[in-house]
Amino acid sequence: MGFPQKSHPRETTVLSKHFGDPDARTLAGWRNRGGYRALEQTLAMEPAAIVQMVKESGLRGRGGAGFPTGVKWSFMKPGDGKPHYLCCNADESEPGTFKDREIMRWTPHALVEGCAIGAYAIGAETAYVYIRGEFTEPLERMTEAVREAYAEGILGRNALGSGKRIDVYVHKGAGAYICGEETALMNSLEGRRGNPRIKPPFPATAGVFGQPTTINNVETLVAVPHIINNGAEWYKAMCLGNAKSTGTKLYSVCGNVRRPGNYEVVMGFPFKEFLYDLCGGPPAGRRFKAIIPGGSSVPIQTIAEAEATVMDYEGFVACGTMLGSGGVICIDDAQCMVKQIARLARFYAHESCAQCTQCREGTAWTTKIMERIEAGQGTAGDLDTLLDIADNMTAKTICVLSDSCAVPVVSGIQKFRDEFEAHIVQHRCPFRPATAAAVAA
Amino acid sequence: MTEGKMISVTIEGRAVQVPEGTSMLEAAKVAGVLIPHYCYHPGLPVAGVCRMCLVEVEKSAKLAPACATSVAEGQVIHVHSDPARVARQGVLEMLLINHPLDCPICDQSGECELQDYTFAEGRKDSRYREAKRFNPVEDFGGDVVYVPNRCILCTRCVRFMEDVAHDPVLNVSERGDRAVIGKFEGQDLTHPWAGNVVELCPVGALLSKDFLNKARSWDLDRSASICPNCTQGCNTALESRDNVVVRMRPRPNEDVNKYFLCDEGRLNYRWLNRRDRVEFPHIRRGDALAPAGWDEAVEAAAAALRGRRVHVVASPSLSNEVLFQLAQVIARLGGTGVFRVRQGPEAPLDGVPGLSLRADRAANVRGAELLGFRRTETPLAGLANGDALLVADEELAGADAASLAAAAATAAAVVVIGTTLPSWAMRAAVMLPIANMAEEEGTFTNVEGRVQRYLQAKAAPGLARPGYAAMGDLLTALGDQTVNVVPSDVFRALAAAHAPFGGMTYEGLGLRGATVSAQAQPAALAAAT
Amino acid sequence: MSAPAGGPSAGPRLTALDRAPRADAHERDENYQPVFVNARRKELDELLTRYPTKMAALLPALWIVQEERGWVSEPAMAEVAAVLGLTPAYVKGVVTFYTMYHQHPVGKYFVQVCTTSPCNVCGAEDVVRAFLKQTGASDLGATSPDGRFTVIEVECLGACGFATPVMINNEFLESVSADRVPSIVGALK
Repeated sequence: MGFPQKSHPRETTVLSKHFGDPDARTLAGWRNRGGYRALEQTLAMEPAAIVQMVKESGLRGRGGAGFPTGVKWSFMKPGDGKPHYLCCNADESEPGTFKDREIMRWTPHALVEGCAIGAYAIGAETAYVYIRGEFTEPLERMTEAVREAYAEGILGRNALGSGKRIDVYVHKGAGAYICGEETALMNSLEGRRGNPRIKPPFPATAGVFGQPTTINNVETLVAVPHIINNGAEWYKAMCLGNAKSTGTKLYSVCGNVRRPGNYEVVMGFPFKEFLYDLCGGPPAGRRFKAIIPGGSSVPIQTIAEAEATVMDYEGFVACGTMLGSGGVICIDDAQCMVKQIARLARFYAHESCAQCTQCREGTAWTTKIMERIEAGQGTAGDLDTLLDIADNMTAKTICVLSDSCAVPVVSGIQKFRDEFEAHIVQHRCPFRPATAAAVAA
Repeated sequence: MTEGKMISVTIEGRAVQVPEGTSMLEAAKVAGVLIPHYCYHPGLPVAGVCRMCLVEVEKSAKLAPACATSVAEGQVIHVHSDPARVARQGVLEMLLINHPLDCPICDQSGECELQDYTFAEGRKDSRYREAKRFNPVEDFGGDVVYVPNRCILCTRCVRFMEDVAHDPVLNVSERGDRAVIGKFEGQDLTHPWAGNVVELCPVGALLSKDFLNKARSWDLDRSASICPNCTQGCNTALESRDNVVVRMRPRPNEDVNKYFLCDEGRLNYRWLNRRDRVEFPHIRRGDALAPAGWDEAVEAAAAALRGRRVHVVASPSLSNEVLFQLAQVIARLGGTGVFRVRQGPEAPLDGVPGLSLRADRAANVRGAELLGFRRTETPLAGLANGDALLVADEELAGADAASLAAAAATAAAVVVIGTTLPSWAMRAAVMLPIANMAEEEGTFTNVEGRVQRYLQAKAAPGLARPGYAAMGDLLTALGDQTVNVVPSDVFRALAAAHAPFGGMTYEGLGLRGATVSAQAQPAALAAAT
Repeated sequence: MSAPAGGPSAGPRLTALDRAPRADAHERDENYQPVFVNARRKELDELLTRYPTKMAALLPALWIVQEERGWVSEPAMAEVAAVLGLTPAYVKGVVTFYTMYHQHPVGKYFVQVCTTSPCNVCGAEDVVRAFLKQTGASDLGATSPDGRFTVIEVECLGACGFATPVMINNEFLESVSADRVPSIVGALK
């Protein structure tokens, strides 16, 4: 549902059905809503059968990469004699994204259940839920839900009386966007700097504490109990577009939009109708200028491109961008693209872990040039320099933070070059009152 | 991974076979191709962060970090193709945008990998128009000073302290472009091997205080040498300017010291430059020692020794060659040979098994033993009445005056061979001045029995001659017919005479050395003893 | 007679500790009161059971320190290092990586205003200006003269649909606009 807005009739609320309902937060309330039935069922199943079911559902990772979840789980070799771990990535830090926050605020037990099922499916006895430190309320809700689940014997050495051990621990981050990258998260969990690791080895071989590990996004894990309860076919049937994208997806909508909030729609929903009908379109008297549809790291779309997009993994790619984390950032015609891209660059420069040269230096350099252009001090060669730096920052580093900084710069210059050039030619930001430029000059 | 499986790859058009699991960077070395890199170091765990070693792999969408990627069968790797070259140029530009470009005042200048690769492949200009970041210079303690503005965050130093020294006192602090190498207030780089971070640093960010502003690297003469300060026998490069040794650095030898040298060894080179050297042979004239020519002095020494048993007190830091010649003197005249070893605390480098600053602070203890010399704490004790006392490069520091006086009274004659003239040596009949180890060449046998060559780094003062030459002349004067006065000849005779060295040749030792057989037993010095 | 070939001899060993005798850094500060005693020690011991390594308890341990002391001082880093078997330098490297650990004392109310793009386009910078004005903090990161407020800009708080989110200590305020700031600050004074 479009929390904090009322649910829209065109939404399909599976994961967000209980958003805004405080009673769903408690264990009793959650059980009344069908909670933990799926866990009970799975504990009686063979792990391989669960993996198969998730494979058949077509569920793909909701953190951004869209990797098929069942396939990822199948990388965990049963009986290898090593402890397996499940990490739940609740470090939701991608600008524009706030869906996992609402899942944990309103339905913490859904995540506990999803973690327990996931852990069991991959042969893990321990699941860590890594929640970013700024999420004070989700941390509180999750801690309480885990406490309740232990008290009721849902978790622990004899989960739901099955004789199987499932521990779920909440781990609090401490302020680092990059810890949302899976290997950085593992390093952070181990008590290290949140530096992404070189792959290979992949987490399924050597993940957290050097052991086979699966890492899943919050939204991915909370979808699993529904698949168990309703069947893979039911989930697979939720598809309006490409058959490779199934189920529902929670989109976080923010920025210059009339009704910001979370919206859950079936894969393949038309983006134009989503933006105008569900989200209410731009604020009064304004027009959308640009949409960043999948969190700040995906290419910026012009509104024309966005309106032609079908909302699934393939649909966004076909329109020059990516589904990413589903954080839809709306930018209206009163905003300066140069300023906002500069602000995004500053974000990435602030969050770079400092390992790779291109990222450490490139994000900061990009920021300085962008801020200089925004301040009216840009020169004719700056755009070429920016594009060349972006090229040096793309596909050359351990993780994709560097690429993510380059993406808005490249797509911004491609699609809003006139705004960049106006800054350079006029020696001021055309979106600011003229007096500001006079002072600067 | 199958044991011993070989992988075929083509690097810059050169086909090579390397064991499975070899990194592209190491495979390229086999192919004779240098892949530029900063953070990679063969003695450290792979970090893969500088991104300088990106190479193009055919049929692969992305460039691969050569240090962190194992070769796969049939790969075709390009190091100098446009994509790889452009990527490197990009890294170089990024590394330089905040760099102060202060090469004219930087100690690293001339041996700086940032300079080298920029010169080879970098842009001719920088497009950076913004303010540069600035961080103050910091004293890291020990011998190390940190210049953060030149740092490229390759983390070699951090990895060395953590993974090799097992004393993680360095860290990466902060993040993004604010990141610097940091340490904790009050906890310095005092680990006995910490100075290696200076060598490991590919740029001028970590500098030796000892060497600070002392010389430009291009003014230095470099000689392959062996650290003379303990029995470990770490391979070194002695660097001198204007006949003065100004720096000793580790020289890689996989079998001995890997890439490392301890601080005590590294910083203990000043004695090679001592100014109180004896520059002329001396012979006794009345109450005093007076300068003399070599021929006269050698003859005087032979005269003092002839017909007497000889008690030789030798330094265990003398070369195998000189010790062998001394043993030959004993063999001719009869007598004994002893040495003593200065002691110090042991200091292992935990991450490299078998590598340690050894308690025995002399280079050739094992050699002295193998050549028949006896280790003792009281080197003068074995001196019998009427013997000649031959002291070879041993100052007898710490010996008490009474025992020295007693020895002088006991000895029928005292002959001194050495670099300096301690006060007790004023009683000598003859003093023959020799070169120190930096001024000659020769071999040492380290604690593990590895025989290693060191080369001459500077000239000896005055008329001082290498020990092997002086001893060769003395042996000749004593009637020896072989006339071995160059080290390769002496070594050949040594190898022929002593089984543990059998089969070795001076040339064959090369710069990596060879090991005496494990069962090597010390020789008997002289039948007459 | 000689050291066995290959292995270090059994003599005295020169280690970093011999060179510079060092107490754990937190023990050098006589006035430092350890954090991990009594209940806090128990809390940490419980945390240690959750992970296969002691190091993994580092972030939680630092959170305990910050809850107790309001910030993470160098002696506190040294204490954490000693408790978890790490070196102080290592701990400092970790502390400086994460933005939420305060390396200096901050005001009684630590105000974090999200100004990343989604909030930025909704007027987050006005909210920051309003907080600076209302609290009397002279600049971002500076503490107000009365010691009550420190205001910083923070990167994405993950509540973009509730622009502008503001965190004051552990309190998360949603949809803060500049005109709400005087009443928010007023309620804290």
